[in-house]
Amino acid sequence: MTFLSYLVSGLSLGSVYAIIALGYTMVYGIAKMLNFAHGDVIMVGAYVCFTAATRWHLPTLVGVLLSMVVCTALGVVIERLAYKPLRSAPSLAVLITAIGVSYFLQNTALLVWGSNYKVFTSIVGDGSVKLFGGRLSIPVIAIVTVVACVIIMIALTWFTGSTKMGKAMRACSEDKGAAQLMGINVDLTISVTFAIGSALAAVAGVLLCSAYSTMTPTMGSMPGIKAFTAAVFGGIGSIPGAMLGGILLGIIEIFGKGYVSTQLSDAIVFAVLIIVLLVKPAGLLGKPTNEKV
Amino acid sequence: MKKISGTTRTNLLTYGAVTAAFVILQLLAGGGHISSSLRGQLVPICAYVVMAVSLNLTVGVLGELSLGHAGFMSIGAFSGVVACLGLENLIPAAPLRLAVAMVIGAVCAGVAGLLIGIPVLRLKGDYLAIVTLAFGEIIKNIINCLYVGLDDRGLHVSFLTNSGDLHLAPGGRVVIDGPMGISGVAPISTFTAGFVLILVTLFVVLNLIHSRAGRAIMALRDNRIAAESIGIPVTKYKLMAFAVSSALAGAAGTLYAMNFSTVIAGKFSFNTSILILVFVVLGGLGNMWGSIVAATVLTILPEALRQFDDYRMLTYAIVLILVMLATNNPAFKGLLLRLRNKLLPSGAKKRKGGRADGIS
Repeated sequence: MTFLSYLVSGLSLGSVYAIIALGYTMVYGIAKMLNFAHGDVIMVGAYVCFTAATRWHLPTLVGVLLSMVVCTALGVVIERLAYKPLRSAPSLAVLITAIGVSYFLQNTALLVWGSNYKVFTSIVGDGSVKLFGGRLSIPVIAIVTVVACVIIMIALTWFTGSTKMGKAMRACSEDKGAAQLMGINVDLTISVTFAIGSALAAVAGVLLCSAYSTMTPTMGSMPGIKAFTAAVFGGIGSIPGAMLGGILLGIIEIFGKGYVSTQLSDAIVFAVLIIVLLVKPAGLLGKPTNEKV
Repeated sequence: MKKISGTTRTNLLTYGAVTAAFVILQLLAGGGHISSSLRGQLVPICAYVVMAVSLNLTVGVLGELSLGHAGFMSIGAFSGVVACLGLENLIPAAPLRLAVAMVIGAVCAGVAGLLIGIPVLRLKGDYLAIVTLAFGEIIKNIINCLYVGLDDRGLHVSFLTNSGDLHLAPGGRVVIDGPMGISGVAPISTFTAGFVLILVTLFVVLNLIHSRAGRAIMALRDNRIAAESIGIPVTKYKLMAFAVSSALAGAAGTLYAMNFSTVIAGKFSFNTSILILVFVVLGGLGNMWGSIVAATVLTILPEALRQFDDYRMLTYAIVLILVMLATNNPAFKGLLLRLRNKLLPSGAKKRKGGRADGIS
C-alpha cells in the first residue's frame, strides 16, 4: 500500500512537473532559449489565484482563469520587451536576460505580496478518495492534477499537430528563416508560444500550491529547475518527451524521498538525469542530431 | 617575439592594476574612509573575483556553459575548513594555515572537477549546462547529509545519520554538522589573502591561456572538429581547463568560508552559480579584466543601492536586463558604436572589454 500511495503522489507531482516542462520545452523548441523566468511565472500564477480567492472572494474557477489570463499577458509582455530585441544575440546574453527577468518577477512579488509565507487553500478542498477499505487514500487534488495534465497533453498534441498555428510553430522551430519565407508570421508564432507556455505555468502554479499549500516569492525557482530537468530528461523540444520526463521525475523524486532519504531525493533525481543523458545524450525521446561538417 | 612581449606587457599591466587597486583600498581602509559594510564585503569580493575569473576559463575560453560552479566552491569551502581545523595544532600561524587550507580546498575541488568532467564534457551545449547544474545540486545535497567530527584520534565521517553517530572522543568537536553546516570557526581570511589569491588565479589563468595548451583550448572552442582533425586531443584539453577552473573555485571557496564563522551548504546553491555566471557574461566572455570589474561592481552595487531599500534588488534586476539589451541589441549596439567612433575615433577598439563599467 505504501508503494501505491507513493506512486500516486509521484504521479501527481510528476504531472505538475510535466505541465511546467511542456511550457519550457515549447519555448525552447521555438525560441531556442532557456527561459529561466518560467519558474517565476508559476509563482505569479499562484499568487494571482490566491489574491483572487482571499482578497476579492472570487469563485475558484474565475480565480484560476484570471491567473491564466494574467500569466498569458505577462509571458507575452516579457517576450516582447526582454527577449525579442535579443533574438539575434548570443544565447548566453538571452540566458542572462532571462535571469534578470526572473529576479525582476521575484522582487516585484516581494514588494506586492510581502516576503512571509502565505497559506494557499486548495482549489478543490482537501478531501480524498478512499480505496481498498480506506487503506489507500488518494487526495482529490492528485486526481485533478493528473487529469489536468492528460487533458493539456492531448490538447497540445492536437494543437501542434492539426491547427494552422500549431503547424506554424513546428515550422518555426525547425527553421525560422524558411518559415518566414513561406509567409508564416514568426513574431506572432513566438508570442503565441510564450502565451501558451505561460498559461500552462499558471495552471501548474495553482495545482502545485493546492498540493503543497505554502507560497513564497521564490517558490517558483526549484520547480522551474526540476521542470527544466524534466524537459531535458525527455528530450528538450519534444512534447511527449516533456510529459514523460516530468512524470518520471516526479515518481523518482517521491520514491527517493520515501525509500532512500528525504534529504537526498534531489540528488537521486539529478543522478538519474545524469545517467540517462550519458546513455542517451539527446534525452529519452529526443532526436539525436548529427553534426554536419 | 614582439607578440609574446606584448602579451607579457598586458599581463604585467593586469597584475599592476590589481595591486594598485589593493593598495588604494588598503590605504582607504587604514584611514577609515571605507564604510563598515563595504569593509565586510572585501573578502567576499575577492572570492567572487576568483570565482568569476575561473568560471570565465570554462565559459569564455573553453566555451562550455557551466551552471554548477558554486558546487566546486562548496567542495573547496568545506574541505578547506576541515583541513584548517585539523591543522590548527600543527600550523599555529594563521596565514600559513589558510594558505595550506586553500591548497587542500583547491586540490579537492580540482579532483572533483576532473571526476565530474570525464563524463560531463562528452555532452554538448544545453545538455552540458543541465548536467553541471545537476552536479552542483548533488554536491549541495551530499554535503547537507555529511557529518564530520574531529578528535584526538583524527577525523570521523558519517553520512545520512546525525552528529551523534560520529563516536567522538571527549574533547572532540563536530566540524560539519549536516544541514547546519560549519559553525563557530574563527574567521582567518584577510583581504591580503584574497588579494594574493586573485594574483595567483590571474597568473595561472593568463599563463594557461597564452600557453600551447591555452591555444589548443581556444581552438576547441572555435571549431572542435577542425581542432580535432589537426590532432588536438579534445578530452585532455577540455578536462585540463575544467579541472583548473574547479580547483581555483575550490580555493575561492576556502577563502570565502574562512571569512565567516558559519557556513552552510545552501549558500553554494544554483543561485550562486548563476550570480557568478552573470559576472562572467556582463564582464565579457574570455575577458579576465571584465570578470574582475563585473564581479567587484555587481557585489558592491546591491550595497550601494541600499538607499532604495526594498527596491534595490528590483533595480538590480532592471539594470541587468537593460545592460544586456544595451550591449546585445543590434540597433542599440550600432548606435553606441557610432557614438563611440564620433567621440573617440582612435581609441574605439581598446574599450571593447569594459562593458561592466557602463553601470558603475
